[in-house]
Amino acid sequence: MTPKWTVWLGGVLLAAVIAAALYFPALRRRVNQAKELTEKTAEQARRELLPVAPVSTGDPMVKVVMFWGSHGQEGELVPVTVELPLSRDPVLRTKQVLNTLLAGPVDAESRTLPPDAALMAFYILPDGTGVADFSDEIRTSIPSGIQSEQLAVESILRTLEANVPQVLRLKILIHGQEADTLAGHVDLTQLFRVNAKDAAGTQLDNPSPPGSKLPAPIRKAVETMRKATKR
Amino acid sequence: MALRFGILLGVRFFPTSSHVLGAGILAAVLSGVAFAWAVPRQSGGGSNPTAKVAQAAATAPGQSPSAPALSAAHSGLNVVVLDPAHGGTDPGARGTEGITESDEVLQFATATKKALEAQGFQVILTREGNDNPSFDDRSARANAQRGAVFITLHIASTGLTGTARVYVVPEVPASNNITGLIPWDRAQAPFLSLSRKLGELVQQELSKRFKGSPDTLQTAPVRQLRTTAAPAIAVEISSVSVKERAELDRMVPGVAEAIARGLTDFRPTYVVPTISVPGGSVQP
Repeated sequence: MTPKWTVWLGGVLLAAVIAAALYFPALRRRVNQAKELTEKTAEQARRELLPVAPVSTGDPMVKVVMFWGSHGQEGELVPVTVELPLSRDPVLRTKQVLNTLLAGPVDAESRTLPPDAALMAFYILPDGTGVADFSDEIRTSIPSGIQSEQLAVESILRTLEANVPQVLRLKILIHGQEADTLAGHVDLTQLFRVNAKDAAGTQLDNPSPPGSKLPAPIRKAVETMRKATKR
Repeated sequence: MALRFGILLGVRFFPTSSHVLGAGILAAVLSGVAFAWAVPRQSGGGSNPTAKVAQAAATAPGQSPSAPALSAAHSGLNVVVLDPAHGGTDPGARGTEGITESDEVLQFATATKKALEAQGFQVILTREGNDNPSFDDRSARANAQRGAVFITLHIASTGLTGTARVYVVPEVPASNNITGLIPWDRAQAPFLSLSRKLGELVQQELSKRFKGSPDTLQTAPVRQLRTTAAPAIAVEISSVSVKERAELDRMVPGVAEAIARGLTDFRPTYVVPTISVPGGSVQP
């Protein structure tokens, strides 16, 4: 015959197992919520450190041409002229122009970039290479596909070509890192030609695997942004 | 390890010291032979994502790179590598009714494989289940073949539904490598004109079958195509955002036929390009 205390012990253990099984899903939910909160906080902290829209009221109003998606022609870009206070400094000017591009047109369907993506940093190297660092959302919120990714990159390149002649070519980083692709399709390991005046296009002729063969100035810029991201 | 094992055997079966010594020497020799046999296989086997060379340029053992000796059968189109994009933890585009790009492209690839085999092509799929080979592993399937073409299949999350577009990479500068070897990261360079030709033929067939599809080829720097040492195109179908799954399913036979027809038209014109090197030219 089984002693009475073993029956009680078995009952208590069974109750403990059932209670743990009931509590487990709630615990998992709370852990996931805490994880998401931490990730968002890190991204937001970085955004707060950087001036999002460096617009000075003293800048002259200038007509700029933005390239957004065409409403009627699928997969096409159309130039849209808008008036903005624009700096003469090419770095500030690029930030202003790209922030306007990210803010998007009045018609949301003509967007080429995700509304929650942000330009985290921008540099111009002495040889005319621009290095633009976008937040993770440019990768995670963009509609998946070759066409949508191609439109996103083209809208950036053509808008820069129309408004910032000092940027001859562009390197796109995501969250301070060199990325293989934008969102699984379009190759970001290469330098994109921005300005037709970049006749030499020497760096363009050197698509390179991530991190290994980048020209020294760009490698330095990538390292700088990577450190800033870690901070 | 082998040396130790040999000595232990020696102690057990050959109790005298000279026998132990002999067994040790024998074990050392055997270890050396095994090492020499294993090393070249380790460095050459498998698909190495960091490999810098796409294909040896027609260099059979003991043959000079400047003296290609390909048979006539190797100068034409033999193999079609079909690449259903995404898979595994990467579902690609996600649409209504739980449609995922990674699942749908497998259907398109399977039907295309059948249509191509009916035309006499040998077909290789880069994946047949829900796994996600790397870009380089997928390219390696084509780069390891002679006379291959590579077609990567995608379904967009946007775009006019019921249409299909063909993409090739816009430009990949050729290498100045005098050995005739193609650097992995620009493996597509010698094949660009063939890729354009193949893309045009397939796009024409698609636009005949799917109203609203462009008549002409598109260009985009598609990552998957850059490292492929073969005529390579990307076919993107629109889209996972259909009202019901049946709309996409209805496109499957048309896409398969268009690709098979385009490749059949392409086959007679396909000749592996040559790369100029000092003293002649080689075929990649």
